[in-house]
Amino acid sequence: MFDEKDLEKIKKSKEKWEQGPLGKVLSKGGEQKEVFTSISGTPIERLYTPCDVGDLDYERDLSFPAEFPYTRGVQPTMYRGRYWTMRQYAGFGNAKESNARYRYLLQQGQTGLSVAFDLPTQAGYDSDHPLSMGEVGKVGVAIDSIEDMRVLFDHIPLDKVTTSMTINAPASVLLAMYLAIAEEQGVSYEKVGGTVQNDVLKEIICRGQYIFPPRPTMRLTVDLIDYCMKNVPKWNTISISGYHIREAGSTAAQEVAFTIANGIAYVQACLDRGMNVDDFGPRLSFFFNAFTNVIEEVAKFRAARRYWARVMKDRFGAKNPRSMMMRYHVQTGGVTLTAQQPLNNVVRVALQAYAAALGGCQSLHTNSYDEALCLPTEGSVTVALRTQQVVAEESGATLSIDPLAGSYYVEAMTNKIEAEVDQYIQKIDAMGGTLAAIEQGYIQKEIQDSSYRFQKEIESGDRVYVGINAYTMEEEPPTNLLKVDMKVGEIEAEKLKKLRSERDAAAWQKALDRLRQVSQTEENVMPAVIDAVKARATVGEISNVWREIYGEYRPKEFI
Amino acid sequence: MAEKKIKIIVAKPGLDGHDRGAKLLARIFAEAGMEVVYTGLRQTPEMIVETALQEDADVVGLSSLSGVHNYFFPRVVQLLKEKGLNNVMVVGGGIIPNEDIPALKEAGVAGIFGPGTATNQIVEFIQKNVSASQ
Repeated sequence: MFDEKDLEKIKKSKEKWEQGPLGKVLSKGGEQKEVFTSISGTPIERLYTPCDVGDLDYERDLSFPAEFPYTRGVQPTMYRGRYWTMRQYAGFGNAKESNARYRYLLQQGQTGLSVAFDLPTQAGYDSDHPLSMGEVGKVGVAIDSIEDMRVLFDHIPLDKVTTSMTINAPASVLLAMYLAIAEEQGVSYEKVGGTVQNDVLKEIICRGQYIFPPRPTMRLTVDLIDYCMKNVPKWNTISISGYHIREAGSTAAQEVAFTIANGIAYVQACLDRGMNVDDFGPRLSFFFNAFTNVIEEVAKFRAARRYWARVMKDRFGAKNPRSMMMRYHVQTGGVTLTAQQPLNNVVRVALQAYAAALGGCQSLHTNSYDEALCLPTEGSVTVALRTQQVVAEESGATLSIDPLAGSYYVEAMTNKIEAEVDQYIQKIDAMGGTLAAIEQGYIQKEIQDSSYRFQKEIESGDRVYVGINAYTMEEEPPTNLLKVDMKVGEIEAEKLKKLRSERDAAAWQKALDRLRQVSQTEENVMPAVIDAVKARATVGEISNVWREIYGEYRPKEFI
Repeated sequence: MAEKKIKIIVAKPGLDGHDRGAKLLARIFAEAGMEVVYTGLRQTPEMIVETALQEDADVVGLSSLSGVHNYFFPRVVQLLKEKGLNNVMVVGGGIIPNEDIPALKEAGVAGIFGPGTATNQIVEFIQKNVSASQ
């Protein structure tokens, strides 16, 4: 972007400044630290100048919104056209309670739903399974069968709202239920919009809600992508997630690198199935974290968009621009919240939401300030949603597209993160690809090392964290925390008993037999899953069919 | 008694997948000179107690961030007692509201460490209380 001669002049002036005004101040006492680093541990320069982005080529590296390589965003008008979708992740207790929360959020101006399932549902166990003890309805809503799903979306028109479902190993089962409910509402599959997370690799890497071993679980992932490509054209078939990688302790660059490594594995698996990259590419979506360091986060989002576009075009030969556009959801950083002085979290979340907006997200969840203590209450959820509305309406972040572009600092950081991502991808390729890197524990160890480094920085006091190792104070323990009734488990177990005695046993058996048979061939399992949920087979029963065929994943632990 | 290494089982009860804290502490305990066994995820109380028995553990450290501590922590203490492992100290951490702590201590959990606790506090607590009971 700069003339060689200009850069030479700036470099000379900078040296003069360093020896002159800067040198004088440094000789008197220096700065607060020897080395300044971002929260990811990346060293940050005192001052960025054109010299730090000398080889940036505007057309090649930045271009225009909705034009390759999409550094500046994926829509031509971005938030001037419409804001991001405000989508708060919610769900607890039984389907009825969660339905009430969703309807409340929609009334408050939320524009899309995001379903949190409880852990038994995510791990493919029914509410009456021994491993579900104590967990039913705890961190999300308990869904066992289509009966629960019907209650969950009662009075919510599935052609008007889009729904994101955080469900991975059993994603096809929950999607099947959703489609069946849409059908009952008279909404055709073509009109249904939403997302399933369906990202099983990151479950194995860091989130822990896996069921089946990597290779068969990838088959189910690809079946869902393939089925939606042909039948549910507006569905986002996967949400390739860096969020949990970051929560587990990674740096910003590792978050992008390992997410894209997983993305490469999914695209490759679809291609191996004989699918065309431009048929399924446009429906792939992503999910990232947002921490409090606004500049680093904005650079991360821009680097991620640019690198993914290059992967899709250069590595996979995509032709359709929509295959190259990285669209993503953002959630503010859960691990950045403190249980100490919890109101400070409102400020953290505001900065993180601001970063997400400046970075060009397509949808956003803002955490509630009390989430280091418990599930959020209605009051704290409202503050979180209002935070998004303040960022959208008042902060100015939405007025102009990619507003931080051209900052020497932001562009230099964007380049640096992209380069780091590229190094990781090359390394993972050399190891034999993402699955091999996971099986060797490489990705897990990289994340754990970063988590360890961060903890050491906090404990040594090298990094100040407000309310944790500095600015602490005595405070009253918080009250009014949301409690989930322990009885939910018993009630759900009762409901299951009733379901099992009342359903048409012959139809149920036939549907499960058909699923078992299809699952052992190369035929897409989705139609059989839809038939099974309609025959009122449960999440646990369907998962068990696959457990028998595919086995269960048992990780090696890498400490 | 001469330098016998403290043996600690770090365990994740239930279906919760948040293991950042558990893995971090496993590493910190090992650095502090303890012998560490990390169980991995999805442990039932029975599995945890069986591991404690097999490994002849001094301490069981439980980590839970999914709100199931009131069920799992007392259950582990109870099963340890049933197996005659009365000397095994149980400590726990994770997202645990203050108001739950008295009942957990009453049930026999020796220490509860919430978010933001410095890891050296946990190490010191274990070293002090285990050596006191030996």
